[in-house]
Amino acid sequence: MKWDKRDLLGLEQLTKDEIIFILDTADSFKEISTRAIKKVPTLRGKTAVLLFLEPSTRTRVSFELAAKRLSADMVNISASTSSMLKGESLRDTVRNIEAMKVDLVIMRHSMAGAPHRLAGEIEPGVINAGDGCHEHPTQALLDMFTIREKKGRLKGLKVAIIGDISHSRVARSNIWGLTKVGAEVVIAGPPTYIPPYIEKMGVKVKYRVEEAIKGVDVVMVLRIQRERQGKNLIPSLREYRKIFGINRDRLKIAKPDALIMHPGPVNRGIELDPDVADGPQSVILEQVTSGVAIRMAVMYLLSGVKSENPD
Amino acid sequence: MGFREKRKIMDAVAIEKTLDRVSREIIEGCKTTDELVIIGIRTRGAYLAERVVRKIEEITGSKVPFGILDITLYRDDLTAVASQPVVHKTEIPFDLTGKRVILVDDVLYTARTMRAAIDQLIDFGRPGLVQIAVLIDRGHRELPIHADYVGENVPTSEDEVVDVQINEVDGKEQVIVVEKVEK
Repeated sequence: MKWDKRDLLGLEQLTKDEIIFILDTADSFKEISTRAIKKVPTLRGKTAVLLFLEPSTRTRVSFELAAKRLSADMVNISASTSSMLKGESLRDTVRNIEAMKVDLVIMRHSMAGAPHRLAGEIEPGVINAGDGCHEHPTQALLDMFTIREKKGRLKGLKVAIIGDISHSRVARSNIWGLTKVGAEVVIAGPPTYIPPYIEKMGVKVKYRVEEAIKGVDVVMVLRIQRERQGKNLIPSLREYRKIFGINRDRLKIAKPDALIMHPGPVNRGIELDPDVADGPQSVILEQVTSGVAIRMAVMYLLSGVKSENPD
Repeated sequence: MGFREKRKIMDAVAIEKTLDRVSREIIEGCKTTDELVIIGIRTRGAYLAERVVRKIEEITGSKVPFGILDITLYRDDLTAVASQPVVHKTEIPFDLTGKRVILVDDVLYTARTMRAAIDQLIDFGRPGLVQIAVLIDRGHRELPIHADYVGENVPTSEDEVVDVQINEVDGKEQVIVVEKVEK
């Protein structure tokens, strides 16, 4: 297959073949991180800018390591140390970065669609590292990569996504991706966490966690995003844990070899009990390892495509 | 642009005999095969290397570690190609430090692939010695690299292509020289 996309904005825009192609490419990149010298010269002379306007540990470090292992140069910008504090607009900030001749902009922003807006006007390729409650494509790709690695396939698997679907870009990207490759997706959470018309995305909706995880191959647990709430959508964290939290007893309803996944950071003892998070079925740390390979693959593929937006 | 077959260099029997001879030369070239490691370059070099390993193991009776290099990420023309080439796996599941490494490929031409392979190899450790074995050496080097074990030297012109076909990839066994023709 010939890769022809300059930006990765979401899984909504990708075809099934493109998704599989990224996963296959990542498969070849994974080995690099196990070498004594964890570096290849592939993107020597390319520059990537990490523009993270929301906090992050995993995604940011993962992108940074991926770039460094490909020999790209990497610049970090965060909201708290940028001129955005002085009132510069996102567009102006990015246009200025572009003027310094960079090749890739990796962006996290609290507003849905922010990377899409910029991708149309700037020359560097844009990778969406999370836009509001919209999409987080590399997270979904690394989730699918981990599932495929553990289960040997994606097609025909049953995946339950549990928790705050409304505020979750991870859920949205996974729903786009998993349904495209032929997995069956069930979601569950309190009604206040389930967005209206979500079943139009091709998922089944349950309001009882026991019904959702019955016989599934994968249980994907979402984080309760206290920073995005404000309004009281659940009575209390204690009640959430009691009704929707994944604990050892509930996990028995899923297949005996079901995988436990979580995009991190985990609220231990709220959405996921510590003994399940650290238990034999958990692949949470494997997800993190896969993340570097996925991001290397994405940067590699996007870097080969010439821009259609001349400066 | 198409290709027209000009002449046949080897058939299946000749390939087999040549690999046998190269394998014996590799064994002769070292006092002991204890430190010997064979690494093939994807795609066809990997399959040829696998056959060389089998032959050496048959002759000496001792195991020879076998690895595969995919040199895509080390290519010097990535900025020139239209879209990124497909990356396949590199598999070297052992330590190369101090080993006698034989790099195997089908054709040695400009040696740009070999340069990439050597650079990549060094990232895996510090081999004691690196040597090159190829089925065909067709000349026209663009880098100061030479082969230590050569199946056959085939003088060619630059508008010819040496096409090595093997069962594992092409479903047949032969080496032919083809010529580019305008259609």
